[in-house]
Amino acid sequence: MPGIRSYGAYIPLFRLSRAEIARAWGGPPAKGERAVASYDEDSLTMAVAAARDCLKGVDRASVAGLYFASTTAPYKEKQAAATIASVLELPADAATVDFGGSLRCGTNALKAALDAVTAGSAENILVCAADMRLGYPAGPGEMNFGDGAAALLVGRGDALAEVRHFDSRYWEIQDTWRSDQDTFVRAAEDRFSMDEGYADVMVHSVAAALEKYGLAAADVAHFAFNAPNVRQVKAVARKLRFDEQTQVNDVLHASVGDTGCAASLLSLVAALERSEGGQTILLACYGNGCDTVILETTERVASVPPCQGVRGHVESRRELRNYEQYLRWRQLLPIQPAARPPIEERMPSPAAQWREVPWEMRLTGTRCVHCGTPQYPPQRVCVTCHTKDEMEPYRFTDVPAKVFSFSHDYVMETLDTPVTVTFIDFEGGGRIMCDMTDRDAGEVVVGMPVEMSFRRLYYVNGVYNYWWKCQPVRCQPSGTED
Amino acid sequence: MESIKDRVAIVGMGCVKFGENWGQSLDDMIVDAAYEAFEDAGIGPEDIQAAWWGTVFAGHTGQILATPLKLAYIPVTHVENACATGSEAIRNACYAVAAGMYDVVLAVGAEKLKDFGYSGLPQTRPVATWSYRLTTQTPAAGFAMMATGYFAKYGLDYDAGKNLLGQIAVKNHHNGSLNPKAHFQREITLEKAVNAPMIAYPLGLFDCCGVSDGAAAAIITRADLATKFRPDPIYIKAAQICQGPREGWLSQVYDLAHVEETWRGGQAAYAEAGVKDPRKEISIAEVHDCFSITELTIMEDLQFSPRGRVGEDIEAGTFALEGELPVNTDGGLKCFGHPIGATGLRMLYEVYKQLQEKAGPRQVKDPRLGLTHNQGGEPGAATVSVIIAGNELG
Repeated sequence: MPGIRSYGAYIPLFRLSRAEIARAWGGPPAKGERAVASYDEDSLTMAVAAARDCLKGVDRASVAGLYFASTTAPYKEKQAAATIASVLELPADAATVDFGGSLRCGTNALKAALDAVTAGSAENILVCAADMRLGYPAGPGEMNFGDGAAALLVGRGDALAEVRHFDSRYWEIQDTWRSDQDTFVRAAEDRFSMDEGYADVMVHSVAAALEKYGLAAADVAHFAFNAPNVRQVKAVARKLRFDEQTQVNDVLHASVGDTGCAASLLSLVAALERSEGGQTILLACYGNGCDTVILETTERVASVPPCQGVRGHVESRRELRNYEQYLRWRQLLPIQPAARPPIEERMPSPAAQWREVPWEMRLTGTRCVHCGTPQYPPQRVCVTCHTKDEMEPYRFTDVPAKVFSFSHDYVMETLDTPVTVTFIDFEGGGRIMCDMTDRDAGEVVVGMPVEMSFRRLYYVNGVYNYWWKCQPVRCQPSGTED
Repeated sequence: MESIKDRVAIVGMGCVKFGENWGQSLDDMIVDAAYEAFEDAGIGPEDIQAAWWGTVFAGHTGQILATPLKLAYIPVTHVENACATGSEAIRNACYAVAAGMYDVVLAVGAEKLKDFGYSGLPQTRPVATWSYRLTTQTPAAGFAMMATGYFAKYGLDYDAGKNLLGQIAVKNHHNGSLNPKAHFQREITLEKAVNAPMIAYPLGLFDCCGVSDGAAAAIITRADLATKFRPDPIYIKAAQICQGPREGWLSQVYDLAHVEETWRGGQAAYAEAGVKDPRKEISIAEVHDCFSITELTIMEDLQFSPRGRVGEDIEAGTFALEGELPVNTDGGLKCFGHPIGATGLRMLYEVYKQLQEKAGPRQVKDPRLGLTHNQGGEPGAATVSVIIAGNELG
């Protein structure tokens, strides 16, 4: 029976309090906070982060496919799944697919992966869902949306949760949408959308699934689902007679927000984190229809390899200075350009980008076979012993490192002044110069432990230039204490 | 390996006022600098047999130099080695003369940076190599990391470190205030220096040189012909370029508290010139203070101060105009300005005038040997020039 073999999550470090949004625009006080992707993150980089969380302890050679789901992929034409698979160094013949178009594309991807595994065309498929939707400034979307990503490794056997049933229904309705010309999510009148869209379809789909498989609400240990806001979380739970504390236990809306197509899968990850073996999980996802999934956990669920998951990422947080910083990061208002050379001068060469995929996308340098020195970028003649062409690939992405030196650059044009630049030294050798992200400038010191994170350096002429940055070690994986 | 020592001489030099020369074109500055050099040597452009043209941002062949001067169908070579470009033009001109190919040659460096409209330099990194993707910082941050590295290695806290760097800026502003050709001619206080707005932590505004327009030129001839041009020629004792293999960016051996290329380039130049005790034998040094931390570490790398102890010499005023070893008597990059390709020649211009005892209110006492030092690139990945010149043969 196919199931979930591993899970991972990614929630950006930064949170914007809803009270601060209310401060900016006026209006009634609002509770909680929402996650805001850093200025150098997007759905692709968040998916990479969630995938890395999910693949801890997993042999990447065994991953036969990468399904990426998002309504906010960086390109309209250029496959994000291929980029993510490349960054993760998945096998060259892995099947890569982009899913999109609705908030249900995360569970659509999950269904496709389950079907592929069931059909025997793949042993394992990694499903990543990520979103960072923009609500109109001063509107409810801006308050209630959040940014984040989830990753699930779907396979046959050795699962921590087996998928027993998967049902779908579609529902044609203009309730929330974004046309190919829209930046912000549009919505019909809320009362209509809830009465005839989200609330009605979600409740009826879940009730139908329970009835179809002979389950009572009490038989479900955890109900994982997406909702546009915390009010609907409560309303749906009440209508379906799920206990909000024990069966729903929603931690996402208070601190993260509605993460679009990633929301139901993040809710599933949160449910798996608190599951014991032999429990039933009901996963439901609304978006132009509704997917309902019934999963049964195994004993393995209690002993997964340590990952940061939802719990680790929710706890690890920092507040944005103010609402204006959010506007700046999302480039929602124009500002005075820096008196610096135009960014167009740094248009990456497509040929160089293609040539350098192995070592730029994967941060893979070389290690001298003769003297053992790791070095980045790859060298043909060793920096230490000058031996020629006796190098083996050496991947730096997961090697612990420490800050050797740093500066905060207040002159360079960036969405997040200052640019913190560092020299970092890796355990076991190797040094690189790279930007540091998600840092508090005042806390950066020589000797500080850092880890690598895949980020966007800049955008120019329609090209997103991705590379790696270091960041302060964000949190200990759950399940390990210091 | 042969030495350049006493084989060539400088017999004429020119240098325009550096600064925001809004009213002058690149051609205007080239003509002014070259003709000052011609008049200084008592020759005309028709006497030049070959020329070297040093520029980073005004390149595209030697025509850029030949056209304003109407150099008529002679060899003109464009050289570029980042901030060491001007010194590289001098070195190549010296080698051609020493090789016996020419008797009288011209080296010119010039840059028209203020037409770009930036505070800072235009982008120079090629987009088709690995470097474009690494980081997004400015050169200031690259050097600032050496300040962080030096402070960490020698246990200086922020205030102590800033205080040392500030004194370098104060000294160079004082020297600049005595120089009518300098870009910045105002004195500053230590308090102003250390409290200035941050550019790249821990470097503030006064730790960074400005962006200037400028041009400078030199006439070089055989040593044995030199006195035919003037009674007080200046003889080249050493001309070294040291190019690092970027070891400091690739390997953990580099301490980021010195510049290996300056250390090795200095050693090579001292060996070529026969200098045994640099601190005693060098009378004046013009060094590459693109940032205050660069001048600080150069003092140790060129063996003017013991490792880790330059602070004692800064506090003692060793490098002040009236100190034991005056450094950047003309105001340095900080105050004279830094039009990249012109800088090496501007440094030699000051050493030339000092060795001829024509430096006016900045004149140091009884100079014998002067040194210029340029650094291109950044700490860990640098190109360094060291030139030593003297006013006597032998």
